[in-house]
Amino acid sequence: MNRFDYVRAGTVAEAVQAFAGAPDARFIAGGTNLVDLMKYDVERPGRLVDITRLPLTGIEERDGGLRLGALATNADVAYDARVRERYPLLANAILAGASAQLRNAASTGGNLLQRTRCYYFYDTATPCNKREPGSGCPAIGGVSRIHAIFGTSEHCIATHPSDMCVALAALEAVVQVAGPAGERSIPFAEFHRLPGDAPERDTNLAPGEIVVAVDLPARDFGQNVTYLKLRDRLSYAFALVSVAAALELDGGTIRTARLALGGVAHKPWRNARAEALLVGKPAERASFQAAADLVVAEAKPQAGNAFKVELARRAIVRGLEQAAAGTPQSITDKRIQ
Amino acid sequence: MTQTFSSTGSDRFVGSARSRVDGPAKVTGLARYAGEFTGPDLLHGTVVSGTIARGRITGIDTEAAEAVPGVIKVLTHENRPRTAWLDYNYQDAVAPPGSPFRALYDDKIHYSGQPVALVVAEDFETARHAAALVRVSYAAETPATDLTAVGDLAYDPPKKRSGIKPPPKPWGDADAVFDTSAVKLRETYRIATEHHNPMEPHASTVIVEGEGRYTVYDKVQGVSNSHAYLASVFGLDKDKVRVMNPYLGGGFGSGLRPQYQLFLAMLAARDLDRSVRVVLTRDQMWSFTHRPETLQTVSLGADADGTLQALRHDALAPTSRFEDYQEVVVNWSAVLYRCDNVALTYKLAQLDVFTPGDMRAPGAVTGVFAIETAMDELAHATGLDPIELRLKNYSERDATAEDKPFGSKALKSCFTQGAERFGWSRRNPEPRSMREGRELVGWGMATGVWESMMQQTSAHAILTADGKLEVGNSTGDIGTGTYTILTQIAADSLGLTMEAVTTKLGDTDLPEAPVAGGSWTAASSGTAVMKACRDVGEQLFKLARQMDDSPLANVDFERVAFAEGRIAVADDPARGVALVDVMRAAGVEKLEATASAAPDKDFNATYEAYTHSAIFAEVKVDEELGQVRVTRIVSAIAAGKVLNPKTARSQILGGVVMGIGSALEEESMMDTRLGRFMNHNLSEYHVPVNADIHDIEVIFVDEEDKANPLGVKGLGEIGIVGTAAAIANAVHHATGKRIRDLPITIDKILA
Amino acid sequence: MLIESGSPVAADNRIGISLTINGQQRELQVAPWTTLLDLLRERLDLTGTKKGCDHGQCGACTVLVNGTRVNSCLTLAVMKDGAEITTVEGLAGLANDGAGSNGLHPIQAAFIEHDAFQCGYCTPGQLCSSVGLMNEGHAKSRDEIREAMSGNICRCGAYTNIVDAIEDVMQGEAR
Repeated sequence: MNRFDYVRAGTVAEAVQAFAGAPDARFIAGGTNLVDLMKYDVERPGRLVDITRLPLTGIEERDGGLRLGALATNADVAYDARVRERYPLLANAILAGASAQLRNAASTGGNLLQRTRCYYFYDTATPCNKREPGSGCPAIGGVSRIHAIFGTSEHCIATHPSDMCVALAALEAVVQVAGPAGERSIPFAEFHRLPGDAPERDTNLAPGEIVVAVDLPARDFGQNVTYLKLRDRLSYAFALVSVAAALELDGGTIRTARLALGGVAHKPWRNARAEALLVGKPAERASFQAAADLVVAEAKPQAGNAFKVELARRAIVRGLEQAAAGTPQSITDKRIQ
Repeated sequence: MTQTFSSTGSDRFVGSARSRVDGPAKVTGLARYAGEFTGPDLLHGTVVSGTIARGRITGIDTEAAEAVPGVIKVLTHENRPRTAWLDYNYQDAVAPPGSPFRALYDDKIHYSGQPVALVVAEDFETARHAAALVRVSYAAETPATDLTAVGDLAYDPPKKRSGIKPPPKPWGDADAVFDTSAVKLRETYRIATEHHNPMEPHASTVIVEGEGRYTVYDKVQGVSNSHAYLASVFGLDKDKVRVMNPYLGGGFGSGLRPQYQLFLAMLAARDLDRSVRVVLTRDQMWSFTHRPETLQTVSLGADADGTLQALRHDALAPTSRFEDYQEVVVNWSAVLYRCDNVALTYKLAQLDVFTPGDMRAPGAVTGVFAIETAMDELAHATGLDPIELRLKNYSERDATAEDKPFGSKALKSCFTQGAERFGWSRRNPEPRSMREGRELVGWGMATGVWESMMQQTSAHAILTADGKLEVGNSTGDIGTGTYTILTQIAADSLGLTMEAVTTKLGDTDLPEAPVAGGSWTAASSGTAVMKACRDVGEQLFKLARQMDDSPLANVDFERVAFAEGRIAVADDPARGVALVDVMRAAGVEKLEATASAAPDKDFNATYEAYTHSAIFAEVKVDEELGQVRVTRIVSAIAAGKVLNPKTARSQILGGVVMGIGSALEEESMMDTRLGRFMNHNLSEYHVPVNADIHDIEVIFVDEEDKANPLGVKGLGEIGIVGTAAAIANAVHHATGKRIRDLPITIDKILA
Repeated sequence: MLIESGSPVAADNRIGISLTINGQQRELQVAPWTTLLDLLRERLDLTGTKKGCDHGQCGACTVLVNGTRVNSCLTLAVMKDGAEITTVEGLAGLANDGAGSNGLHPIQAAFIEHDAFQCGYCTPGQLCSSVGLMNEGHAKSRDEIREAMSGNICRCGAYTNIVDAIEDVMQGEAR
């Protein structure tokens, strides 16, 4: 771990100011990913701006939805009675990720900003365009079991590892940020980026901007949601493929469909055409299969992760089936419903 | 044949479930491990790991690292002090044939992750920070790390590894008979590279005591091995080095050989004349030994009724370019099954990797997976119940060892009792016939087998006038429960309470014992402790007879028994005397004895000794999504006498859990272009977590064995052997899919 | 700004913090990069808390911070200024009606009784995690306990015994 200086901010303004003075600064909250990466020498900040004393821990009612303070921990959010009641999709997605210890420390803002788990990104012995722009991407043609099948570029095939963000994408949350240029709102779909030719940039945050809150819209889809996660062991593992599905039904007909995938792209993956295809269709397997086929038609897998295409297809169908049946997947019961 | 002792006290503790005597130390955090000991002015070393798999170091820039305040020195191949010259000096007690790896020896890179520098600093954080500043440049060559690409270069290892039986010469004509067999089955099987990953990373602390003396705390499964290694490599007087390791945070074989952090810690300590601790990072746990990926082909020719007529088992395993690591992979097939035409081969191919090593049931995990999956395939092909097929071909003698009979083999009881407990008779043999909701249910079984061994081992016993007994030797308790069982044995031997007995282990000042591995510790150390106690008992007896009005006058030693702190006539317990009274009367402060135990030559000349098991597994498979859950395991074990059912059960549970990992999760994934394992962390190398593990039931069947006076056969490995096959067979039963390539991950179920 | 450290390269780049560790308040000078785990093990000689991976991948370093279980390896000590820390060495002191006659917290006694460990290296983390789990109060059934304890790897494979031990203590408290 490199040497750095440390600033503990008391207000958002102080945090932004402390950051502005040091171009290689990083904000730190839970630290569960940043400290991890610093020990691997992947992140080498010159300054850490500790934001844990900022008054951003609350979860509040707002415009019929909920505002999640950026410092609310993953556990705070997942076990909040309002979140469990109205946004079981989000609660289940959070509980599908990491471990209890990590969820107790990790913050809402930090979850959005966690970096890929690509083996090569994490290993300074190998090149990586995300870590060292221009050095190359050995994941392409390499060990690519956990890598992306959608939205990849010739420079990067990394995935975003979050479970929570997949649910937030499906719920169309809005990210509130503050920075040197003031405050702004970023729709969730525009928060994370695809790698393109700048894989070093994970998000569209401007330098020095800080996440202050995540707003959950009023539309909550009730119980017609599911978060389905498939991984290499039954807990404490990142998703190979995950699906956040949410439906609004009118009898047996789909009125609105949301579908976001995790573990398959540089950001939570949505496909507007597939979601549109479902609207007005009967909530049954054939409809779900058609949507799934449409989604995976765009996949560009590697040899090592070709299985994810079929896995994603099947997971989408199952996820939508569960959402339609109103049986949100229980994280504790490892039997997938 | 083995003597049995007539006056070893009663079996009050031996054979009964007892909590670990080291439990309080372990649950309160007082148990200290190798990297937790300290000394005055302790320095901390951080290893810099190489980034290429093959080639040369062309330069090491240590300037930035050395400029960090608190850094004492950066050791590299360019400035390291001299150590022994000959390979011989580096060959530890369990080294395979070859030239052992020497850290910082020269500019040559043998494998990815090889240590290339040691940064020594006043504190851990400074060492870690400075290590990241060391810049190493290389002339890289293309590495060979793909086993499937080097099959043509495979060879029969010219020098055999000590203690490892090479495949026996073939008998009959397996190939010709296979060709004409009514039922033929020839399939290839693969097990992935696995890394041991004990929870405690490897660590060594070398305390400089002055006057050329060192106290070393080393994460090793037997301090005597490190002791001899240090003396030999650094030219030290053995009397001036004491190696200790009271607790070991898991080994599973990774700590059998002294690993490079020990060499580096001593190298730095001697160079700087200061105490040094070197702890490896979790990533660096991928920078030395591992269970080798192995490719196997099993050919079974059988009559229509399932009787084996031809058996061929061929294995190809990788080794490093500097040592020929060998394990027993193929012999198990012919140990388990009677067949008149058998051919077994085991070949190695060199890769640019570190030397593979023993990992829990080395070779057996690998080979038994193949043969036990193949046998399930044969059962399916012949329509026989898998147990029936195994009974039909059941071996009563060891065809791989001059057809000697087994000392004991209660495998049939394992089948019967395991099947009964599991409910095997309710199994519908048809694949895909059992279902629960969306999930397919599969029931599979397999046999497990492991050698039962003893090693030359010493131990001492010291009884003091206060009635307290100390026993011990240099072996380690690697989590197996050795402290506890030795305490039980000692207490029973002299009729004391367990509280009156202190067992000391993991210290080269104690009588010498071999590394803790191979499931031989209970038999070896247990027998040695028992004999040392018996010797003390005889001394007590003589003193008791000399007492005035001795109640034991005119009684032979064979007629006395030790119980409740007394020595008394066995069939007349009133005629006796308290041990403390004997010692007080004789005016002795302590009585001590050192005894050694060794394999029974007579027994070994007549018999072969193995432990056996029958494992039954239930899996539930969401076929559409490829998710496999192991919901139930019954493991029935035949391993002679069980000294402590509580710790013994835990040994089997642990083996089964690691077997589930092997079956479904564990795989170190090599980027063959870089020659580097890429998932070198516990986030991406998956070992089972709590949610993966459901009901595991352990049965110990009765088995009487006479290879040693305790009648024990060892339990450390048998729990894992066959577990992966039972699970793979259950997956087949559930889905109809035969997966011959471990681990069975989602993609393979989907394929 | 609440706190600003000195230059990162200055050897005296230390920040004063106050921690209550196992009931004892300590005033400490720490570097910003010192993790809670390294502080406990290297500076305070509280080696009961284990370093298994140093990256939040194994749970061996689990301690309680203000009663909540976290990975101390990913926690910078300076950020926990003012917190109450409980490690395995302090568990007995946490027991509701005092430690048992054996001087142990009920979960420690249950781990011994159920043989919920072998090598013992993951055990301090398992124990602190178990107490954290009970404090949280979300896990009730065996399935829930298994899931909630999945952040603590036990390579010796004592999982079923660990669940037995936790269930035992939870049922004891419910009685």
